[in-house]
Amino acid sequence: MSEQVTIASLETGEIATIEGYLNEQISQSRLVEMGLLPGTPVRMIKKTPLNGPVEIKVRDFYLSLRMRDALNILVKK
Amino acid sequence: MTPASPMKKQTGEWVALMGNPNSGKTALFNLLTGLNQKVSNYPGITVERKMGRAVLNDQCQVQVLDLPGTYSLTPESFDERIVSEEILSWLHGPDRPRVIISVVDASNLERNLYLTSQLLDLNIPVIAALNMMDLVKQNGNPVAPEKLCEELGTAEVLHMSARKNWGVEELKEVIVRVINEPVHGKPDLPFALSGPVRSFLADLTEFFKKEFGYNPRFAWAQALRIITRDSVLDGYLHSQVSGVKLDDKQIKDLQELRDTSISNLKSQGIQPQTLEATLRYRWLDSVLKKAGKLKVEILDRLTPSEKADKILTHPFLGPVIFIGLLTFMFQSIFTWATVPMGWITRGVAVFGEWILDVLPTGTLRDLIVEGIIGGVGAILIFLPQIMILVFFMTLLEDSGYMARVAFMLDRLMTKMGLHGRSVFPMMTGYACAIPGIMATRTIESWKERLVTILVLPLMSCSARLPVYALMIGAFIPHKKVLGLFDAQGLTLVIMYLMGTVTALVLAKIFSYFIHQKGQSSFIMEMPPYRLPLTRSVLRQVILRSKLFVINAGKIIMAISIVLWFLASYPKLEKTNENINPIHHSYAGKIGHAIEPFIKPLGFDWKIGIGLITSFAAREVMVSTLATIYNVEAGGKDVVLLTEALQEDKDPKTGELLYSPLVALSLMVFFVYAAQCMATFAIVRNETNSWKWPFFMIFYMTALAYLASLCVYQGGQLLGFS
Repeated sequence: MSEQVTIASLETGEIATIEGYLNEQISQSRLVEMGLLPGTPVRMIKKTPLNGPVEIKVRDFYLSLRMRDALNILVKK
Repeated sequence: MTPASPMKKQTGEWVALMGNPNSGKTALFNLLTGLNQKVSNYPGITVERKMGRAVLNDQCQVQVLDLPGTYSLTPESFDERIVSEEILSWLHGPDRPRVIISVVDASNLERNLYLTSQLLDLNIPVIAALNMMDLVKQNGNPVAPEKLCEELGTAEVLHMSARKNWGVEELKEVIVRVINEPVHGKPDLPFALSGPVRSFLADLTEFFKKEFGYNPRFAWAQALRIITRDSVLDGYLHSQVSGVKLDDKQIKDLQELRDTSISNLKSQGIQPQTLEATLRYRWLDSVLKKAGKLKVEILDRLTPSEKADKILTHPFLGPVIFIGLLTFMFQSIFTWATVPMGWITRGVAVFGEWILDVLPTGTLRDLIVEGIIGGVGAILIFLPQIMILVFFMTLLEDSGYMARVAFMLDRLMTKMGLHGRSVFPMMTGYACAIPGIMATRTIESWKERLVTILVLPLMSCSARLPVYALMIGAFIPHKKVLGLFDAQGLTLVIMYLMGTVTALVLAKIFSYFIHQKGQSSFIMEMPPYRLPLTRSVLRQVILRSKLFVINAGKIIMAISIVLWFLASYPKLEKTNENINPIHHSYAGKIGHAIEPFIKPLGFDWKIGIGLITSFAAREVMVSTLATIYNVEAGGKDVVLLTEALQEDKDPKTGELLYSPLVALSLMVFFVYAAQCMATFAIVRNETNSWKWPFFMIFYMTALAYLASLCVYQGGQLLGFS
C-alpha cells in the first residue's frame, strides 16, 4: 500500500524515496543535477517554523530547500 | 624589439582547478601555490581571475587557475556563469589548460563526480583528486582508485587530504606526468543515447561541430546541455567573459535548432531539462558500483553535525545563539584590542619623537611629523580591531556556521525582500562592502541580488570602526550600563544595529520597486561543521590586514600630505598668539565655507574638512582630524587625538567644542553616509550600469543628513548637550 505525497509532508526523521516532480519548475534542473532523481532515498532532517525552508539528507549530503520546492518533489513512503 | 605585449602574460603551461563548493578546492589551491597568488580581472569587468604559481619539482613550475566552486557546467548563479564561460573560452580560443584538476569531496562521490564527468567531455586531461579521504577512511570503505580511473576515463584518480596535507606531493608528481604524457578521455560520450534522443539532437551536434569546431564528444554534451536551461544559450548570446561572438546567422540557426530539439523531445514525453542529469547519474551509479562503492546509503546515521544542529539551528535557541555570538564578537573587538592598540600608539609616538630628534627643523620635518606620522599613525592604531573582526568572520564562514545562519534566516530575509544567501554578503559587509558585494554572486535571483547590493553599504564596515572607536573612546564613558554591558561596547553595538536594521527596512521598500527576472530559489548544501584550519584563518587575517595597511600607506598617506599642505599654507607673516593659523589656511577656508550646511548637525569646520576627505575612504576622517590638530600644535610633539578632541575649545566662547551629542551625531552620519568611492565603482561593475551607484549615493547621503539632524536637534531639545 502506498500513497503519493511530497517531501514537505514528511515528518522529521522520516525516510522516503523520490518518485518524481509535480510541475516543471526552474529549480527542478538543479535538484536533479544534485542527484535528486526518481528512486533516490531522502530523509527529512529539519523543518522550520512558518513554512520556512526544510533540511533533507540525500545521497551523502544535507540540503536545504524552500517549502515551494519541497512541495514540488513527490515521494513514496 | 618591442617589449612583450600584455597579451603574452600567460606564457608557459597552466592548469585549472575545478570542483563543487565545499570540496576543499581553495585549501588545495593555497597548498599548491603558497603565497604566489595573483588576482587579475577579466578584461572589461571586475571579476577576479585567481592565478597562482605552483612549483611541482626542480624543473617544473605551472600557473594554477582557481575557478569558483560549481555543481554543474550549466550555470545558475553569476559565479557558475563565470565558470561555464571560462570553459567556452578554452574551446573557442587558442589558450587552454594542459590539465584540469577536478577536486572531489570523497565523502560525497556521486554529486561531485557529476561535474568531473562533464569536464571529461572537454578533451583535456582530467586528474580527479579525491579530497577529504581522511574522513572517508574513518567512516568505512573508500573506492578503488585504479578501477574508478579506468571506468571514468580520467588521466589519474588519487586519494588526498588538503586538510591533513597528505597526498599533495603525489598530486604534484601526477600533474608533471600528465603534462608530459597527456591522457585524454574517451572520444565518445560514455553513456548511450536512446534512438529518439540521438536523432533529435543530431542537428544541434552537427551545428556545434561545424560552426565552432567542437570535438564529437563535447558537441553531443553541449547539445544535451543547451536544451536543459536558457542560461546555456545565454552564454553564447551575451558572453560576459568568454569573448565568444556569434554572427546573426549563427544566432538564428542555434535558436531554431534548439527550439526544434526541445519540442521534438517533449512530443515524445522526454523532459529536456532533466535529460542530461538523468543520463549522467545513471552512468555514474554503474561506474561507482564497479569501483566498489557499496550501495548502502546510511541515511539515518546521525552525523556529529546533525547532532550539533539540533541545538544550533533550533527554532528558538538557534537565533538566540546567533545574536549572542554577534554581541560577543563586537564586545571583544573593543576589549581585546585595547592592549595592542596601546603598543601601536606608543610606537607611533616614539617614532615621531625620534624623527624630531634626528631631522633638522624645517618644512620637511613638519611634513613628516605632522602630516605623515600624524595621519597614518592615527589609522594604524585600528589595525588590531580590524584583525579581530576578520578573525571572527573567517571562523564563522570556515566552520560551516554561516550556511546554518542562511538556513535559519531565509524566511525572515525573504519577508524583507532579500534571500537566505544575502546573510553572508551582508555580514561580510561588516568587514568591507566590496568583498560583500562580490559575495552576492551566489544569489541566483537578480532582484534579490540587486536589493542586497543596494543596502549592503549600510552595514558598518571596518573603515567606520576607526571613526566609531575614536568618538566612543573620547566621549562615551567607560562604565557599566544595567550592571551588565559596557557603555562603550553597547554604543558600538547600537551603531551596527542601526545600519543593519535600516538595511533590512530599506530592502523591503526597494523590493516593491524592482521587478523580478526569473524565479527565486534557495537550494543550498549544508556543509558538515569543520574545525577551521589555523593556517587559512591566519591567511585571511593577514590578507585583509595587508590590504588595510597598504591602503593606509597609499591613499591615506597621499591625502595626509595634501591635507598637510592645505592646512599649513598660506603661512601667516607673524604669529599672533590669538589667531590660530589654521583658520586662514586653505583647508580652514574650505571648512568654514561648508560649516553653515553642517552646523545644524552639530559639526564644525574641522569635521567639515574630514567629511570631504572621507569621500575617498571613511577612515580618512580620523587621519584628517589628526593632521589638523598636529598642524595646529605646530609639530612640537605627536598629538594624541582623543585628548585633543576632548579638550578642544571654541575660540570665542571658550566652551568645549565637542560633546557626546556631537560624537553621536557624527557616528550616525557615518552609519549612513555614502563615502567610499571604491564601493560605488564595484557596484557599477556588478550591476553593469551607472544608475544604481548614483541612486545609492543619493539615498545614502539624504539618509545620513536627515538622521544626523534628528539626533543633534532632537538631542538638544531633550536637553542633552
